[in-house]
Amino acid sequence: MLRFVQFVGSRALDNVEGLGRMGVFFAHLLRGIFRAPGKFRPVLKQIQFIGTRSFFVIGFTALSTGMVLGLQGHYTLAKFGSESLLGAAVALSLIRELGPVLTGLMVTGRAGSAMCAEIGIMRIDEQIDALECMAIDPHAYLTSPKLIAALIAFPLLTAYCNVVGIFGGYLVGVGLFGLNPGVYMNSVETSVEWSDVHMGIVKSCCFAVLMIWICTYKGYFTGVDEGNFGPEQVSNSTTRAVVLSSIAILLCDYIVTSIMT
Amino acid sequence: MERRGLELGVGFFLLVGLACLAYLSFNLGNVQLWGQPYYEVYANFSTVGTLRVRAPVTIAGVEVGKVKDLQLVNDQARVTLQVQKNVKLAEDVIASIKTSGIIGETYVSISPGASDEYIKPGGRIRETQPPLDIENLIGKFVFGNMEKPESQ
Repeated sequence: MLRFVQFVGSRALDNVEGLGRMGVFFAHLLRGIFRAPGKFRPVLKQIQFIGTRSFFVIGFTALSTGMVLGLQGHYTLAKFGSESLLGAAVALSLIRELGPVLTGLMVTGRAGSAMCAEIGIMRIDEQIDALECMAIDPHAYLTSPKLIAALIAFPLLTAYCNVVGIFGGYLVGVGLFGLNPGVYMNSVETSVEWSDVHMGIVKSCCFAVLMIWICTYKGYFTGVDEGNFGPEQVSNSTTRAVVLSSIAILLCDYIVTSIMT
Repeated sequence: MERRGLELGVGFFLLVGLACLAYLSFNLGNVQLWGQPYYEVYANFSTVGTLRVRAPVTIAGVEVGKVKDLQLVNDQARVTLQVQKNVKLAEDVIASIKTSGIIGETYVSISPGASDEYIKPGGRIRETQPPLDIENLIGKFVFGNMEKPESQ
């Protein structure tokens, strides 16, 4: 019995300690933005990695989502005889909800896992310790450029995802169901407001911060908890980073939506 | 060469992303960055029915502006309209609130006037027509007898 109480207590303490470490890590991440070494080239490289290389995946995801929304939306709207609202249904659900979330999840799977593994391997190889020995701030060198790059790349990828998705809905609505192209685009244009676009941008920025925070944190502290630095720890931390980021993105999505509407 | 590929890739990504963002905000979100090609007039209605901000303002069915603001002033609804600069409104135009179809969206329709004087920016449209209250009409139709004049 006493053992059980002790177990619960130690787990709780561990968790609180982990939260505190995450907070301190975030502070270091922000501090790293303003510290040497210079950021320009690393940021470019990270934009290339997060943004340019995700182009195909995001485009494909967006196109298929837009087309599915077109199909499903048409099925539902046809029951009320208001197919003319198909554009509004596709555009609003993409811009307000699916664009940022899908982009966040896809980029987490593509780039977040890679970042976590990269930093995790540097940790188990003691490269991070080497950086510290050379008086280079490992945050400024490794993690902060990723944060800046993600804050630039996420909103742009989300916008790209939205546009491709609306085009996918257009393909299905106009091509398959013979909707009037003007009616579709008009319903898109009249229904979308600046506040919707703004909400999508805010969401994507939140997801960028969350994704970078969690993935680099998990990588940075690979094996520290276990006190054992091996390949197994890298795979563990990568898995946890992706799962935790995805959950955090979905939760944060609900919170932002409920605050901003 | 490797550097050139990196720069090309990033540049390509940034341009396409910004183009998409610009399309979303300017074309769909109706953000106006430079100069407002609109001027404002207002009109008082006894009721605006289900009119909402951003509803279209039309003349002869052509959209020329948007409803910018709805306010209650002296027990009347003051509707602020944003009208395109190149559209001039005569002094005696009539603003009426209409519905497209029976359950369609509500909009403000302006019927052209004949006066030589034009309404200045910030001016007021005097003649207004409140929307047709369909519920009331149906009520009158169904319970017609109850509102006949002889009961007064």
